[in-house]
Amino acid sequence: MVPVFWAQALAGGVCIGGAALLLMFFSGRVAGIAGIINNLLPPVAADWQWRALFVIGLIAGPWLVAPLLGHNPIGLPAVNLPELAVAGLLVGYGTTISHGCTSSHGVCGLSMLSLRSLVATCTFVAAGVVSMFVVHHLLGW
Amino acid sequence: MARLIGLLCGLLFGIGLALGGMTNPRIVLGFLDVAGAWNPTLVFVLCGALATTFIGYRFALKREAPVLAGERFHFPPRKPIDAPLLAGAALFGIGWGIAGYCPGPAAASLLAGHFGTLVFTIAMLIGMAMGRR
Repeated sequence: MVPVFWAQALAGGVCIGGAALLLMFFSGRVAGIAGIINNLLPPVAADWQWRALFVIGLIAGPWLVAPLLGHNPIGLPAVNLPELAVAGLLVGYGTTISHGCTSSHGVCGLSMLSLRSLVATCTFVAAGVVSMFVVHHLLGW
Repeated sequence: MARLIGLLCGLLFGIGLALGGMTNPRIVLGFLDVAGAWNPTLVFVLCGALATTFIGYRFALKREAPVLAGERFHFPPRKPIDAPLLAGAALFGIGWGIAGYCPGPAAASLLAGHFGTLVFTIAMLIGMAMGRR
């Protein structure tokens, strides 16, 4: 695994924040990835076109960075297929009923000083820390 | 025009995820591993993103409406802190701690051709469909 230098991580964060800011500034939308993807599922939202193009850009983005870094920034999945399937279900279901993921609650919501987003962010980070400890240290998956 | 903005923002978002190491689940799990070999990379990513939106939103939201004609600011409805918010965030966190993927990085990793990323993403879409009913 190639470590990420802190200034590079900071620059990455500025790109993510910049993307969220531009989307709000031009289109008036919160850049919540879970919500953007969610509304592409049936019943498909009327404004699905920008959402589909956002996801296409999201998938293409890392490939523009790869030549710059000199290595592929996309890492291997960290766990086996059954665990990935369970995790995927939890992430999809959880972000849908709580109306947000890391980007919507953790970046956009916190920037709007939303108490709901603060509570959600603290909850998913705490749950993530506990889950990581139980799954990877205690169970050894 | 909204479509072009969507594409550009998606690209920039994907670039940011890759630069910040979030397309590597080991780095994300390292951030959650406070009791083990803690990896602070995500702290810098989050600080960079938050500083940008926190300051930028102050200016952007001073406007009456977004730049694109015919658009308005779409804010999530003001609601109290309820059980679905807490339960959903907790379930999301559990899944995040298992795989090290949240929705953005999983999607951004798809083209690398790892079968596990595809399995995670399909399961995530099924989970989303279950959550919508």
